Amino acid sequence: MSLTHQDVARIAKLARIAVTDEEIVAVGAQLNNIFGLIEQMQAVDTDGIEPMAHPQDVSLRLRDDVVTESDRRAAFQAIAPQVENGLFLVPKVIE
Amino acid sequence: MINATLKALSQQLAAKAVSSEELAGLYLDRIAALNPTLNAFISVDRDKTLAEARAADALRAAGQAGPLTGVPIAHKDIFCQQGWKTSCGSKMLDNFVSPYDAHVIEQCRAAGLVTLGRTNMDEFAMGSSNENSFYGPVKNPWDLAAIPGGSSGGSAAAVAARLAPIATGTDTGGSIRQPASHCGVTGIKPTYGVVSRYGMVAYASSLDQGGPLAQTAEDCALLLNVMAGFDQRDSTSLERAKEDYSRDLNAPLSGLKIGLPREYFAEGLSADVAGVVDGAIAELKKLGAEVVEISLPNTQLSIPAYYVIAPAEASTNLSRYDGVRYGHRAAEYKDLVDMYEKTRAEGFGAEVKRRIMVGTYVLSHGYYDAYYLKAQKIRRLIANDFKAAFEQCDVILGPVAPTAAFNIGEKSDDPVQMYLSDIYTLSVNLAGLPGMSVPAGFAANGRPVGLQIIGNYFGEAKMLNVAHQFQQATDWHQKAPAL
Repeated sequence: MSLTHQDVARIAKLARIAVTDEEIVAVGAQLNNIFGLIEQMQAVDTDGIEPMAHPQDVSLRLRDDVVTESDRRAAFQAIAPQVENGLFLVPKVIE
Repeated sequence: MINATLKALSQQLAAKAVSSEELAGLYLDRIAALNPTLNAFISVDRDKTLAEARAADALRAAGQAGPLTGVPIAHKDIFCQQGWKTSCGSKMLDNFVSPYDAHVIEQCRAAGLVTLGRTNMDEFAMGSSNENSFYGPVKNPWDLAAIPGGSSGGSAAAVAARLAPIATGTDTGGSIRQPASHCGVTGIKPTYGVVSRYGMVAYASSLDQGGPLAQTAEDCALLLNVMAGFDQRDSTSLERAKEDYSRDLNAPLSGLKIGLPREYFAEGLSADVAGVVDGAIAELKKLGAEVVEISLPNTQLSIPAYYVIAPAEASTNLSRYDGVRYGHRAAEYKDLVDMYEKTRAEGFGAEVKRRIMVGTYVLSHGYYDAYYLKAQKIRRLIANDFKAAFEQCDVILGPVAPTAAFNIGEKSDDPVQMYLSDIYTLSVNLAGLPGMSVPAGFAANGRPVGLQIIGNYFGEAKMLNVAHQFQQATDWHQKAPAL
């Protein structure tokens, strides 16, 4: 497997990371080296092996459907880049 | 005083031979003198620390002190702590002052521990050398040309340089054990699920686990007693009865079965490290332990499996850094997507971007089965290897890293070379087992080398027993760098 510059640009787009043309070349070479390492996995026979998500194979707990959080909006918004009237502001999405 | 262990400091405070304020002052002065050289701390706030210390002294005066009240601690800059900058070593969070406490911080506060400051680390805990920090690399106190290891490099360097008696760390693929080994301190990564991840900035959630670093195994046991415990807010926290990790420290080692995985002593292990590990095994045999050869045949596969699972989970976890609710936001942008892309391009460093991109690719449409699912199956094979091995032995011993600390800059241009050096630590995280590093000697160039002890699930007390008995018979853990 070898990622093309086009692939790298697409991955960066999906990851929402702006990359320059020079970065695509450099990052592409590094990613191909990393995938060279990862490809070793494909030679392993894993038929019938159950994937492992949690070492103790526990499933996620359910909790009672009650409010556990207090209202900390002011503290959380004090550290936000841009807020107004208790709302987080982002650039206009719909014209 | 500066070389005192947590145990000793706790006794001195109880005997009122020293106050918490005096103790905090002593360490703060040492940090002020040495941190410009070592760069082990990202944030220090003298007034805040002294206020905490005075509050601890007041508790003691009122007869309300616990055994650790007033002892200073350094926290890895990954644990959210109210009122402290929690940067995680990243420009992305350089302006983030946490509005809440992680569970680990709550527990330390409740025990009366006094925060000395916040330690440097690889950005978002991604790295084995501490060179990936936005705040610059940490220097190894034993040799300023060497890396301290990573990602908890600041914590390990702080304990080694006696800038703090104890510190917190996190370990996703070796990030407590490897820096502990490279800096000549003791550190333990508990069984996955023992320490709550609530408020611990997430890297790879199915692998991340907090743990202590200290001079001795006994101190690690005492600090782990504080850090561990069930927490409803971490969905993978295990509901288990509280245990005393120091309960078996003094048990004799006669009849202990030590497993030596043949794959850990094969090609790739430097003669320096092999010699130190052999010496430690000989010492444990003298204490009555027996050695059995075991095999962990899938060890080599831990590298590809880890470098799929961790980046995949990182790419998901780090999608939260969008410049909307907290952290860095780009100054100029033309629309929402442009804001995301510029914010993330500016806020993340090179290694973090690489891992996000690897993770994005392996989780992208059509590749999930070939990569993430495949890696999780290999993860099961690795865990099964350990399961079989623990039928023949009580603990597994081996090296922590193939070599002593390498030089700053030596591997920073070659991510794959850096990843390969994680060979002996990754499988422990993939299996979810506890692992620790104990100082066991020095390489020819004078850099410390640790011995890795791997325990069975919930075998922390047994591992700490082995480490403590080793430390009763040796003095490697008492060696301190000349600074």
